[in-house]
Amino acid sequence: MDLLKLISDIEKVDPEVYERLNPRRRVFRHFGLAGKAVTAAMLPGLVSGIFQRAYGQTTALTPEIIAVLNLALSLEYLEFYFYDSGLKATIPTQLIPATDRPAFETIRNDESGHIKVLREVLGSAAIPDPTVSAFDYTGGRGVLPGPFATVFTDYKMFLGVAQSFVDTGVRAYKGGAPVLMPNKDILESALNIHSVEARHSSHVRTVRRAVEGGNPSNGTTLAGNLSNLNKIPKSWISGIDNGGPSPDTNPSTRPVYDRGNPEAMYPAESNTTQAGANIINTAAGITAVAASEAFDEPLDPTTVKSIARNFVKSTTNLFV
Amino acid sequence: MMTNSVSQPTNLVATPAAPAGVPRRDFLRYTGAGAALAGLFLAGCDDDTDNVDTNLLDVGTGDTGILNYAYGLEQLEAAFYAQIKNGAYYKGLGASSAEKQILDDLALHEQAHADFFKGVLAGNAIRALEPDFSKINFDDRSSVLTNAQAFEDLGVAAYNGAGRFIQSAANLTLAGKIVSVEARHAALIRDLRQYNSFVASDVVDVFTPSPTSTMPGVGTGTGKERSKRPQEVLATANQFLKAGSRLSATSFS
Repeated sequence: MDLLKLISDIEKVDPEVYERLNPRRRVFRHFGLAGKAVTAAMLPGLVSGIFQRAYGQTTALTPEIIAVLNLALSLEYLEFYFYDSGLKATIPTQLIPATDRPAFETIRNDESGHIKVLREVLGSAAIPDPTVSAFDYTGGRGVLPGPFATVFTDYKMFLGVAQSFVDTGVRAYKGGAPVLMPNKDILESALNIHSVEARHSSHVRTVRRAVEGGNPSNGTTLAGNLSNLNKIPKSWISGIDNGGPSPDTNPSTRPVYDRGNPEAMYPAESNTTQAGANIINTAAGITAVAASEAFDEPLDPTTVKSIARNFVKSTTNLFV
Repeated sequence: MMTNSVSQPTNLVATPAAPAGVPRRDFLRYTGAGAALAGLFLAGCDDDTDNVDTNLLDVGTGDTGILNYAYGLEQLEAAFYAQIKNGAYYKGLGASSAEKQILDDLALHEQAHADFFKGVLAGNAIRALEPDFSKINFDDRSSVLTNAQAFEDLGVAAYNGAGRFIQSAANLTLAGKIVSVEARHAALIRDLRQYNSFVASDVVDVFTPSPTSTMPGVGTGTGKERSKRPQEVLATANQFLKAGSRLSATSFS
């Protein structure tokens, strides 16, 4: 048996084999082999054990990690069914125009992939699929006519709600990441989802500039408008974006961009102080707006849930 | 608060990650059983030549090392966007055009990142790096945007791939505050080059739903962005740094 050839062959079908065999996954640590000689007689059992551990569940998840991942999974379901409903909305006409359908199909599929990843990590601890029936995307909690009642008939409204969801998601993953530090592979998976959510946010904001700014086919030709950030935002968050797409409704989008709790750990997106250092004027032209744009901010799970709870039926247990 | 000098925990087998594609011989070094297995199986393996540049600046160890790694990449990005302003492409943009606003913002954001790291690292910071942008034509829109995309995508992959090495929660959060802004940049530059390319298979393991199911989570792929480990990132970044300014990250291999 040639172990190196075996690993090489496995790499052809699983490029992550080296990662799986990484000592940080404690694959090797379990065998107590540090500094010890390995005899030929030990090898068959050793090799099978290595692969069993590399490909099997090795560590139990803590309740804290499960809570963070299930909140993430809940948000992914919220987003998946939102984009899926938008893509299926055809009354009175197709909600999402042809130009933007590929983008929203990509976003919906990414969320579906994230659901798959989170389910695999959580295993039996994963919340069940709430299905689309759990959600009320009008913001009415299933009991009131919500302020976003036209979300699947008015494309501008759809885009505003989409921006709020995706920006909430970016802040939620950022806030949850430190809890995942004990498990480096889960942490990295969450980081790899977090940056994709930020890419989504950037694009949804670009599409909003396109649709609200009068060039529906390509938002990259339109500058963000600092005097009208509610409708014509940049692809990044300026200050608190003046409260986001719908600051004066109930529910409001302002909490998506505002301070969390405690504020010292979860400041508003308008924050211009990082690790105790002032960012404004550290170089020519770095205004408060630029300083806030350069850093996104995390949000605490309680605030995240209070935002998302507005978009599920009050009879469900999601985001409670 | 920042934790700049945290010593590595003592653990004989807690060696750093082996990136995919690492030479076989090196891979064995990562394993606790390396010495013994090498003796049994190495015969017949290709001998990989190490590409050693003896003049590399090492970013250091612990969280200081990771922050210096980020500082080096941010310096490179900041220098790139500053240099754009000297080129005919930028100079030809309309004063209120979207592209001018985008490039101005990116220059400010990256300068803010670089200056921030320089400040928090203080006496532990690596020195100012000298970029080498001789391969980039700053008069040409396509050359500028192609390289902007490469730098932004590289930055996101770098932060994602460095997260596992960070020891303090505060520093992890700081990296998280920056990486999502880099991802916003990357997505917009990609959209500028080709609309709707904000996510694509070169940077994300795209998810394809099962053709027989509309249920969430059923299909191939993950929708996760691909990480890059420091060695892979620096192999690219060093192509844009002059000799004497090129980086290594030997404790994060």
